[in-house]
Amino acid sequence: MIKNILIAGVGGQGILFISNILGKAAIVQNLSVRASETHGMAQRGGSVVSHIRIGSARAPLIPHGEVDYLVALEPVEALRYLSYISKKCRALVSTFRIVPSAAQSGIGIYPPLEDILENLMRYAEVFPVDAYSLAKRAGNPLTGNTVMLGALSTMEDFPLRQDVLKEILLSQVSPETADINLRAFELGRIAVKK
Amino acid sequence: MAKPKLHTLKEGNRYFLLGNHAIARGALEAGLNLASAYPGTPSSEILDALASSARELGFYAEWSVNEKVALEVAIGASYSGLRCLTAMKHVGVNVALDALATIAYTGVSGALVLVSADDPGAHSSQNEQDNRILAKFTKIFCLEPYDAQSAMDYTIKAFEISEKFSIPVMLRTTTRINHARGDVLVGVLPKSGMKSEFKKNFSRYVCIPANARLLHRELNKKLEEMERYATESTLNNIKLNGSYGIITSGVSRNYVREAIDTLGAEVSLFELGITNPFPKQLVKRFLSKIDRILVVEELEPFLEEQVKALAGDIEVSGKDILPRDGEFNVEIVKNAVAGFLGLEIERVKREDISPVPRPPVLCPGCGHRALYYALKKITEKKIYSGDIGCYTLGALEPLKTMDTCLCMGSSLGIAQGFYHAGVEEDIIALIGDSTFFHAGIPSLLNAVYNRANILLIIMDNRTTAMTGHQPNPGVGVTAIGTKTVAVDLEELVKALKVDFVAKVKPSDLEASIEVIKNAIDLSGVRVIIAEEPCALMGRKLGLWRTPPKVTREKCEGYLCRGCRACLKIGCPAVSWERGKAKMIPELCTGCDLCIIVCPVEAIGRDEND
Repeated sequence: MIKNILIAGVGGQGILFISNILGKAAIVQNLSVRASETHGMAQRGGSVVSHIRIGSARAPLIPHGEVDYLVALEPVEALRYLSYISKKCRALVSTFRIVPSAAQSGIGIYPPLEDILENLMRYAEVFPVDAYSLAKRAGNPLTGNTVMLGALSTMEDFPLRQDVLKEILLSQVSPETADINLRAFELGRIAVKK
Repeated sequence: MAKPKLHTLKEGNRYFLLGNHAIARGALEAGLNLASAYPGTPSSEILDALASSARELGFYAEWSVNEKVALEVAIGASYSGLRCLTAMKHVGVNVALDALATIAYTGVSGALVLVSADDPGAHSSQNEQDNRILAKFTKIFCLEPYDAQSAMDYTIKAFEISEKFSIPVMLRTTTRINHARGDVLVGVLPKSGMKSEFKKNFSRYVCIPANARLLHRELNKKLEEMERYATESTLNNIKLNGSYGIITSGVSRNYVREAIDTLGAEVSLFELGITNPFPKQLVKRFLSKIDRILVVEELEPFLEEQVKALAGDIEVSGKDILPRDGEFNVEIVKNAVAGFLGLEIERVKREDISPVPRPPVLCPGCGHRALYYALKKITEKKIYSGDIGCYTLGALEPLKTMDTCLCMGSSLGIAQGFYHAGVEEDIIALIGDSTFFHAGIPSLLNAVYNRANILLIIMDNRTTAMTGHQPNPGVGVTAIGTKTVAVDLEELVKALKVDFVAKVKPSDLEASIEVIKNAIDLSGVRVIIAEEPCALMGRKLGLWRTPPKVTREKCEGYLCRGCRACLKIGCPAVSWERGKAKMIPELCTGCDLCIIVCPVEAIGRDEND
């Protein structure tokens, strides 16, 4: 069994935070895990991606066409990895846009959100999540990553258990922000529940 | 994220470890006595982690001023019988190469492990050099781990081999080892104890020509023993399965394994863990069972050329079907393996669209942005000779204030070259504080000595920011957090006898522009120290303020003729929505540069803010 999770977003959104929780959860569940991260230059507000491979995978990078769960903390970042998604991919997309300066100064165009989601729907089952509003409701707009983690935990055939993820989440945040993060996780979970 | 205390990991447990942390844990398990490094992606987390265990375990760890010094510190300690590790990025090994090129002659007395963190794909580097070549060139061992677990295991092995042969071992890693994570089973930490003794030995440790000649002869003899060891080592594995063979090492081993698994291919496999010295006898044995060979390795045909030298009539493929630049992945290797074995594979055509690019940018509130903006305001013809650090991001749109960037410290030397070449423009060299300490000082001395006419701006953000805020000699703190002397840049350059020195605070934009203009009009070697603490540190120091407000009636767009002046500073916290500027409160640090640049005073703050 191999389950491939790709987390994409913008430097500073806490992508390594989620991938670290997923990896630790895999170990608690006695599953093998490999991951690959973006560090250094790319953390300065640039595109950031984490590959997480749970199970018998060898390579640190997910092959094209084999992502089972795509988690995009920013809509256009989901499009960047279109070629990675598998036929049965579930794509969770935070709908809060962070327009890159290239689009601000007219070098490129940031497509409308509907176009992005439509484009994704041609290839994957798409779950839009208003992570920004939910994070604010949880108590801190910066917990959008935790909202997305909660949403991810509800996906069909997802290999990691919710109780394990929550336990590790709590071990990774300061006691003062524990409640906010738990709320964010729950709000994310409810947001995609059918 | 918080730095891990690797000494607190429990033996026999599995942890989700970063490759660099696995290396650091391996060093601890090998009984590390001294660690030195200069930060550089993708190597920095090794010493970051070791430094946070140094006090508790009682070993020495330092951020050195550059890689050459780091290696020399480790050499001195290893001459004294200690177990030492030094870590650097691939191009850092170039800086250390002067020492490295002769250390195999003298050998070491304890153990010396040099971690070279190569960067295929140039994720955060100026080149893609393959440092296995330097291991061969300098006649030292080269070990290549392939994942997080082997990164730890090979590090332990590297110490053992170094001690056994009294020779340095290069642990050659790549970004996908350093910055990959995996489940790692950790072992036991030994009882540590530093017992150092330098046994003087003139003919061995004093590399005058008379000694060097003999030492070189001995080294060449030792190389034969080293090669025998590589041939017998269990780190080099052969699995025979048919007459087609693949030879591979490092991270490519994973791509090969996954390719073979998914193709269901029958192929013999030779995986090398020790790639220098090249185990010729073992390779010959493998070749004797094989009709055709494919060598799978990123970057240079390092193994391939050595295999070809032994292959005789056997056909050897490698760089004829695999790229010599960039990093590999499963598809690249799978296609090559399928082609090599004559297997048909389903080629799925996938749509790959390239949405609007999102390159890294200077952080909101970054002092470098204000300085670049000041430079742009001064419109005379100028050449900007740049250097390596966060400020290199100023080379990109919309700031675009850098005309050259080559290697650490090169801004100054290249600027002097422009001057002596007689170019007409004003020449401005731009360098960061850590880079100046690393390789700028001798070059500034050269400029003074040889009477160059240049302006140097030291962009002092009080840290080594790009690699994760490591302290440097200007900061006043050591790697393990002890207080130390803080070198004053102004005093330092004065002592080098520059013609002019001034200090500015870039966030005080108008004053900075005045000082820079004045300095440009002067001649000789002029230095401006532009000091503004890194904005990311500013958060911890409580320097961030609430964002300024946009008065929408005033922000009419047409007054700035759609010039979007506030966007031209390239700040991620300023966006443009429905024809007007908008602040992103989650990103804004309240540096207020946008207030200064707005021509119609549409951005501002209340007096109480």
